[in-house]
This record gives sequence, structure tokens and C-alpha cells, in this order.
Amino acid sequence: MARNEWPLYEVFIRPKNGLSHKHVGSLHAADARMAVENARDVYTRRGEGVSLWVVPSAAITASEPGEKESFFDPADDKIYRHPTFYTIPEDVKNI
Amino acid sequence: MYTQGLDAKPADNTIPFNRTDPELERRFQERVDAEEKIEPRDWMPDGYRRTLVRQISQHAHSEIVGMLPEGNWITRAPTLRRKIALLAKVQDEGGHGLYLYSAAETLGVSRDELVEQLLSGKAKYSSIFNYPTLTWADIGTIGWLVDGAAIMNQVPLCRCSYGPYARAMIRICREESFHQRQGYEIVMTLAQGTPEQKRMAQDSLDRWWWPALMMFGPSDDASAHSAQNMRWKIKRFSNDELRQKFVDATVPQAEYLGLTIPDPDLRFNAETGHYEFGTIDWSEFERVLKGDGPCNRERLEARNKAWDDGAWVREAALAHARKRESRAAAQNQAGARGRA
Ligand SMILES: [Fe+2]
Ligand SMILES: [Fe+2]
Repeated sequence: MARNEWPLYEVFIRPKNGLSHKHVGSLHAADARMAVENARDVYTRRGEGVSLWVVPSAAITASEPGEKESFFDPADDKIYRHPTFYTIPEDVKNI
Repeated sequence: MYTQGLDAKPADNTIPFNRTDPELERRFQERVDAEEKIEPRDWMPDGYRRTLVRQISQHAHSEIVGMLPEGNWITRAPTLRRKIALLAKVQDEGGHGLYLYSAAETLGVSRDELVEQLLSGKAKYSSIFNYPTLTWADIGTIGWLVDGAAIMNQVPLCRCSYGPYARAMIRICREESFHQRQGYEIVMTLAQGTPEQKRMAQDSLDRWWWPALMMFGPSDDASAHSAQNMRWKIKRFSNDELRQKFVDATVPQAEYLGLTIPDPDLRFNAETGHYEFGTIDWSEFERVLKGDGPCNRERLEARNKAWDDGAWVREAALAHARKRESRAAAQNQAGARGRA
């Protein structure tokens, strides 16, 4: 079979104004415009969204899952980034 | 179910190969046991990847081929209401195929490879779609029984350990319940209609009942991969468990319609709370799965024709996109020179 596949696009939908776009899946299309139209047909048949993004999958740079520990761990021991780290007397209100 | 061929087919070698590593494998199983989802770029055992590619792609092929028996009746639907519902259902099935192909592609196979496996007859799809839709009643029965059986199988797949597959199944399940309800409504209308219409509904149930039970795949003692797939949490219930759930749910629905399930051995066991049913003709199942069902040849021919007839469209769209891209690039360059 001829290796002439349409490129892959990732599809993001904003369910309603006020919410962020969220990844919902992917599809193949000849170009970005076709990707938007096809995404509407397959991913928003029941009012799932008010806005659509498509991004060529090849354009995404991702973190390495194998390095998950060393990459994200530095945040784990920084408990002083959370409000509960600080002791405030009960008598002090609205804080 | 949509992946009955899993229990029969040997491994294929189109899927990227990971060296085995007992330590990685142990950690992988720990994550699965803890109900953590596995995502595309995570390490996974080869067998897990291979099983998933086979299962998800067979499932995708089933959705796609499944459009054919129903598409057969779109132009002959008895009313406009039935016609728009059937069109919407068949369109959903095409969407299901797409979600699933996309999920399979996250495991490192290309769409073209998957399509090629279907068109060449190398890949399996559900045996149920190799039966013909002879009357309008069959459209009702398919929605009621075939989509009903699919729901039974797919709801637990929403909790599958592989993230992209589970997410696809959640979308699919949300759409399936309309399919089953529109089917049941069709059968109900016929069952409550003229004697001739009721006969048509009964005849349809007679032809589809046993093939629908076969959708769940071989019985547990004949199924080769059940235990491993359970351990990997690709599967949550065995074939026989799901089949039993389906029978228990469906028999009362048939009774409500005044239709008879074509099984003289069918009886309710008050002690277990389950229906007992007769023996499935597994030789028919094997025959249909191997390619000798009533419509296997026709289905593959239709898919091949659609693929071949669409080739020029795919090529033209790509050529057009490339031309626009290079034109835009040339314009940008000219613009840059103009500003310089
Ligand atoms: Fe479906
Ligand atoms: Fe369906």
C-alpha cells in the first residue's frame, strides 16, 4: 500500500465558554481546515463544544514518561508551597 | 465480542518490539493492580501492546463493517423519522471506528496498516456483521440485540487499563444507548402492529438471537487469552459472564413485546436468579469467523470497493493541501523580500 497517509491532528474542544479547551482525541486530515471540519463531524455531534482546536500531532513536544520521577519529583518535597505549611492562630480570621 | 478473533489469532509482528525486562514488568503490573491507567508512551510489555492493538483494531473494524448491514436499509426506511435516526446511528458507528483507530495508533501502528489488515482479510471483525439484513425488522433487532450486546461488553471496557482505549469507550458508550433504544422502538412498533408485522419481528428475532449470543466469543473454557487479559485489566468480565448478563437483561424485554426467544431450553432458575439457555452452535461461529458466513465475501468486497473508489479523493486532497502549503510559503518569502 502506498505510504501516503494524511497527517494526524490532535483535537481539543472547549465545552463551553469559561472552560479551557480539552484534548478529546485525534484524526487524520489532508490539511488543518479539513481537520477542523472532520473534528466537528466526529467529536461534536451532540453539542459537546463551542470551540475547536486542531494541532498537527507532530508539532507537540512532550515530557519523557521515563523521566517522570526525576522530572516531577522536585515539586513533591516543597511542602512550603502549600497553605497548610503555615501555622496561624485560630483567633486570626479571614486568612 | 467485537474482538472474538482475539481468542484465535496468533501474534502478528507489525507492532514495535520492546525487550522484556522482569523489573519493568513487575512495576507495570503493580500500576495496573493499583488501577493506574497506562498511557501511550509508558513502558508496557510487548504482549500487552500486541493484545491491545489486536483488540482495539478488531473493535474498530467491527464498527466500520457494522455500518454495511444497516446502510442497506437507509434508503428504504419506512418513515422520515426512522430514516434520520438510522442515518444518525450509522454515522455514530463510523465515528466509533475513528475513535478506536486513533486509540490503536497511539500504540505505534499506522492507520494505513490497520486498514490494509482489514481489506486483505487478515484482520478479524465481529462475526455478527456477516449476517444479512433481510427485512426492515432486522434494523430494529440489530439496534436492540447487537447494540445491546455491544453495550454489555463496552461498559466494563470504560475501565480498561489502557487510557486511550478507556477514553474512547466512554465516548462510545454515551452514544450507544440511543442505538439500542431506537432499535427496540422499531421492534416494538412491529410487535404491536398487524399480525404480519408481528411475524416479521419474530422472524427477525429468530434469525439474530443465536448470532447475538455468539458475539460474546467462545465460552470461557475454550478462550485462550482470558486469564492474562484479566490480569492486565484489559478485560473485566469473562465471555460467559457477559453473555449471561445479556440473556438476563434481554429475555424480559422480549417477553414485554410478546415475542418468543428461539430457544426451547430457555428457563428461569429461581434459585440462581439467572436464565439458563441452550447450547450455542460453535461450529457456526467458527465458520463465520473464518470467513464462511453468509456475507463475509460481500462485506470485504464492499470495504475494498469503498477504499479503492475513494483513492483519488484522498490523493487529490493531499495534493491540494501541499500545493496551498507551498504557495503560502512562496508568498511569505516574496513578502519578506518586499519588506527588506
Ligand atoms: Fe458502535
Ligand atoms: Fe451502536
